[in-house]
Amino acid sequence: MSDLDTGDTAFVLLSAALVLFMTPGLALFYGGMVRAKNVLNMLLQSFFLIGLATVIWGVVAYSLAFGPDVGHIIGGLDYVFLNGVGADPNADLAGTIPHLAFMIFQAMFAVITPALVTGAIAERTRFTSLMLFFALWLALIYAPVAHWVWAPGGWLREMGAIDFAGGTVVHILSASTAAALILVIGPRIGHRESPMAPHSLPLTVLGAGILWFGWFGFNAGSALAANGLAASAFASTHMAAAAATVSWVIAEALHRGKPTTLGAASGCVAGLVAVTPAAGFVTPGSALVIGLLAGAICYYAVLLKGRLGYDDALDVLGIHGIGGTLGALLTGVFATTVINEAGRNGLFRGNPGQVGIQAVAVLTTIGFGFVGSLALGLICHKVLGLRSTADHEIIGLDTTEHEERAYEMY
Amino acid sequence: MVTKVEAIVRPAKLDNVRNALNAAGIHGMTVTEIRGCGRQKGFTERYRGSEYTINLLHKVKVEVVVQDDTVAIVIAAIIEAARTGEVGDGKIFLSPVSDVVRIRTGERGPDAL
Repeated sequence: MSDLDTGDTAFVLLSAALVLFMTPGLALFYGGMVRAKNVLNMLLQSFFLIGLATVIWGVVAYSLAFGPDVGHIIGGLDYVFLNGVGADPNADLAGTIPHLAFMIFQAMFAVITPALVTGAIAERTRFTSLMLFFALWLALIYAPVAHWVWAPGGWLREMGAIDFAGGTVVHILSASTAAALILVIGPRIGHRESPMAPHSLPLTVLGAGILWFGWFGFNAGSALAANGLAASAFASTHMAAAAATVSWVIAEALHRGKPTTLGAASGCVAGLVAVTPAAGFVTPGSALVIGLLAGAICYYAVLLKGRLGYDDALDVLGIHGIGGTLGALLTGVFATTVINEAGRNGLFRGNPGQVGIQAVAVLTTIGFGFVGSLALGLICHKVLGLRSTADHEIIGLDTTEHEERAYEMY
Repeated sequence: MVTKVEAIVRPAKLDNVRNALNAAGIHGMTVTEIRGCGRQKGFTERYRGSEYTINLLHKVKVEVVVQDDTVAIVIAAIIEAARTGEVGDGKIFLSPVSDVVRIRTGERGPDAL
């Protein structure tokens, strides 16, 4: 127990709880945006994933992600069923907190990443099949990417790619997976013809607020210590979220004439996504710039969806995909070892190569995430059927998948 | 003898209509939130850059059941209260009511109103 620091431990454990809270927050964020007949289905996908992803994490995925490195590609099976993961710190992973604290903190990331994907394929996906897809996906797709980027020995980490809290592992990967599933499952009936407006933006705004709050655990907690770096990551997170809220709302007001609640909620999330890889590597001032750019760029990215015609129901690609990519690349621009000695310098500190390294991480994640999820998705679709029947989709998934009703008169 | 007056009006005019009916001595009414369309064109709502033209407009239905000799007053009150002069002010439908029952006492007929 020699190096165990009580402040670090307390901070990481609380951060883990904050990150957990983001998943019910996401559930509400998404739930408010779908039609009333599908709200429970949307909520349950996130909520059930808390359970399912945690179980898969404990049984095998933690080991595959953070077990002792095998060939720079994957972790060994040493930690299956959390065997050997105890109260003592694991110096290779996080020297001042219990190994269990590191594991449980990371577990919450494994929980929210699949939950993010659900927004893209909302309102037409079969619940059971999707959950089975994710059970496999966590072990086969998520764990390897987490290993490459974050684990000692992981090849992207070795190459010098920097990703503080999961721009690649969480956001780009979830977006790439979403893109694959969008292709496998297809668009909703009535897509581009009928209005499918959010049924409860109050839920969405509440969810966005919870996400913003929890993201401090997501980003600052990734310092794995209660120190100056955590404070910097915390401040950077907030600056980016705030700036992106402002820039999205302004972009939308200029483009469409009115500021909107959904725009503000989306803008803050875009900023949080973009700052996720950067939070502990850039100055808060740079983070503010990242946020300003993310808000505006992600707004236009979401508009692009209309032109290209695919059905990404809740804009996972526009916000997590574009936001995550923007953030990962800007990390390569703004990174400075002044903020984080264990990090890198980026373009503006005289190291343009970092942008290239970041690009490799981005492209690899997109490639593996998309192709892997496409293959897995097609198999699941063939064997189990991922898409709801047309009747079920029209009646509403709350009734047809769950025999429940969200809103009763009495 | 007894007529149901169904008025479909703008939601913003509901309070006006209620007050006008009360002033005319009518205190019992049924109000429902509805959506409908007529000659009024749709309006747009926007969600993340997608614009939707909503053609089923939000309206309010006010129903009162009154003796036939009161109908003219009711219509005049509603029109005065609900009218803006723009397309979309709404409509009033009249229909005969074959009987009325007060649930508490079992009374029937116009006395049950």
